[in-house]
Amino acid sequence: MTFLLELLIAVLIVLGGIFALIGSIGLVKRPDLLTRLHGPTKATTLGVGGALAASMLFFFGIEGTLSIHEVLISVFLFLTAPISAHFIAKAHLHEHVELRADLPPTGREHGWSTFDGLPESHDGEQTEQAPRG
Amino acid sequence: MADRPETDTRSFMQRWLPHPLLTLVLIALWMLLLNSFSAGGLVMGTLLGVVIPIITSNFWPERPPVKAYGKAVSYMALVAWDVVVANVQVARLILFRRADQLNVRWVTVPLELRSPEAITVLAGTITMTPGTVSCDLSADGRSLLVHCLDAPDAEEAVRQMKERYESRLKEIFP
Repeated sequence: MTFLLELLIAVLIVLGGIFALIGSIGLVKRPDLLTRLHGPTKATTLGVGGALAASMLFFFGIEGTLSIHEVLISVFLFLTAPISAHFIAKAHLHEHVELRADLPPTGREHGWSTFDGLPESHDGEQTEQAPRG
Repeated sequence: MADRPETDTRSFMQRWLPHPLLTLVLIALWMLLLNSFSAGGLVMGTLLGVVIPIITSNFWPERPPVKAYGKAVSYMALVAWDVVVANVQVARLILFRRADQLNVRWVTVPLELRSPEAITVLAGTITMTPGTVSCDLSADGRSLLVHCLDAPDAEEAVRQMKERYESRLKEIFP
């Protein structure tokens, strides 16, 4: 039984390590920042997730104590990864203004918020857009 | 609070427990951080859970408009599963596809969601799931700019995002 548990923990750690490695390979191999962003935002989540699941299993099954720190770590990871990716992408757009020509139209009368503000003539829309509109 | 002592028309609850759910979450968070149960920890957690929402309620005057908590839980389960799938897909793209064979493109996702919380959750979900990173919002907050790692068909990708996530979020944040 202990052997099976240890096997499962080992498999989780190795899988997590493989995914973290693949994420890092993606980070190195891709040609530009925006495609690089895809590796770390996703592959790494499962990499860390595997290690965390293994840690929980180890403490619960072998040490006999319930450890829930790992749940918190994954919650914080889920909250921070998309936000940092979003900021990196926005900073990239700010730095490479020429990319603006590649962006698709918004389908609305206003442009993307990185480049365009809300025109002042649209008072009605603006009140609608006030926080919690 | 100090600059409007007389005109404060808020009820007792609004004043001292502006976000009951946030209070509960903070207490749970504190207990999880301690990683063991103790009465002292619970008192400290309750203190933090009461004080932090009061201090921050000026930044966040209203409660988030979540209506269907059951659906929110099943949404989280769906996203957790999709994250695992996304990892495998992106790993395969990274390992077995040369960079020039990828259909890298931008797509515009028109939003039907209006509340800032719902749009934030949708953008976060899109970033965590297969081959897509949400990069920008249109100035009027009605379209989302998404960068796709491999999308042979832009319309299909948009349809999938709207169907899988936005329609569910619309039920959670009406």
